Amino acid sequence: MNTHGVVLFHTSSMAFRAEKALRRAGFPVNLIPTPRELSSDCGIALRFDWAQRPQVEAVLEQARVETAGFHRQAGRQ
Amino acid sequence: MIYLDHAATSWPKPLEVVRAITDFLQLAGGNPGRSGHRLSVAAGRIVYEAREAVAALIGAPDPMRIVFTSNATHAINLALHGLIEPGGRVVTTGMEHNAVMRPLRFLEKRGVDVVVTPCASDGVLDMADFERAVTPGTRLVVVNHASNVVGTLSPLAEIAAVAHAAGALLLVDAAQTAGVVPIDMRAMGIDLLAFTGHKSLQGPPGTGGLALSETVDAARLKPLVQGGTGSRSESEMQPDLLPDKFESGTPNGAGIAGLGAAVRWVTGRGVEAIRRHEVALTRRLLESLSEIPGVTVYGPTDADRRVAIVSFRVAGRRVSEIGQRLDEEFDVLCRVGLHCAPAAHKTLGTFPEGTVRLAPGPLTTPEEIDAALNAVKQVAQS
Repeated sequence: MNTHGVVLFHTSSMAFRAEKALRRAGFPVNLIPTPRELSSDCGIALRFDWAQRPQVEAVLEQARVETAGFHRQAGRQ
Repeated sequence: MIYLDHAATSWPKPLEVVRAITDFLQLAGGNPGRSGHRLSVAAGRIVYEAREAVAALIGAPDPMRIVFTSNATHAINLALHGLIEPGGRVVTTGMEHNAVMRPLRFLEKRGVDVVVTPCASDGVLDMADFERAVTPGTRLVVVNHASNVVGTLSPLAEIAAVAHAAGALLLVDAAQTAGVVPIDMRAMGIDLLAFTGHKSLQGPPGTGGLALSETVDAARLKPLVQGGTGSRSESEMQPDLLPDKFESGTPNGAGIAGLGAAVRWVTGRGVEAIRRHEVALTRRLLESLSEIPGVTVYGPTDADRRVAIVSFRVAGRRVSEIGQRLDEEFDVLCRVGLHCAPAAHKTLGTFPEGTVRLAPGPLTTPEEIDAALNAVKQVAQS
């Protein structure tokens, strides 16, 4: 079972930019409702494979995506 | 029917625009950026794609700096009310629409120094007067990119240079040019650009926006409306985030879906190709109208110096009579009167009667122009 990571954003527009950049780069990411325990900042967060965090961060930086934090979600599918 | 009222609103809209709107309403109609479920995400994606499409079309630095509004008037109001404090100085021209003049006259009563610099009777700005008016400390220069009455194009490069030399920001009203005249905000030195979706961009009414260049400090631009944004929901204070700060309340998602499709349609066809087509039609109108006895054509005689907007009058005739006869007897639809721009008509010498305005679009044919010209000839003669 993969461990998922969640990227948070300040705005949903940034979440859509992130999703677009990562999908274009071939990462199997999904937009999900932001887990309440993590934030009330923006309603949409991005779920990714935690093992790919360095590559995900690199793509987001390249795409000028501002994030509001990366979180590990243990044991979640 | 010959539709020559594209300067009021383009018609008919491309089928792609219609389909994008119905798809949004039937397939992806969640509340964009709010809920996080798949329909909300699908809707938000469509809105974001439209932001990217618009930014690419006008050379905006960042899609996050495209603020969607309900039209160009709303965007201009956001810029003027958001930037100008009492005691500040704003310089504009004698060819502006009431979308600019009315908020400026309102602000003038609140202590803003509003300077209107003159244009010649063909609508061309007097650069010497303008340069004198833009004194150091001027906060904002606001000009149209093209006149909605006679289509005269503004010399934006020169205007930007004058504004920036004085430390002022430049707000451009691109209601008549976005989608038909190439725009590159960065290259042209445009700090704020107000656009509407429903004219040359071929989108639906109820869409438009204000594009902010990186020269505009968003923290110093006050929002017109405060409220929910789907972001920073724990706070009762308006967030400073772009574009959320200026987009409170559920957006016109269906309209923005249509706008995105419209911008893709325009981009696919090519702004420069559309421009060439419309210049050719304008040249045909200008040359033939001026040969009709009794007809006076306003604005620059050179079609390259204007967008596809041609205003004229017939000696001794009411413009309303001409408009009505063109519609009822010849199926030619146009707009007559003051076109919401009394200041421009005073400059042109056509106040208070106004003009008859013919405004072709990207799909208007030369044959339709000839038929309309023939109709004007007949109306002018009898």
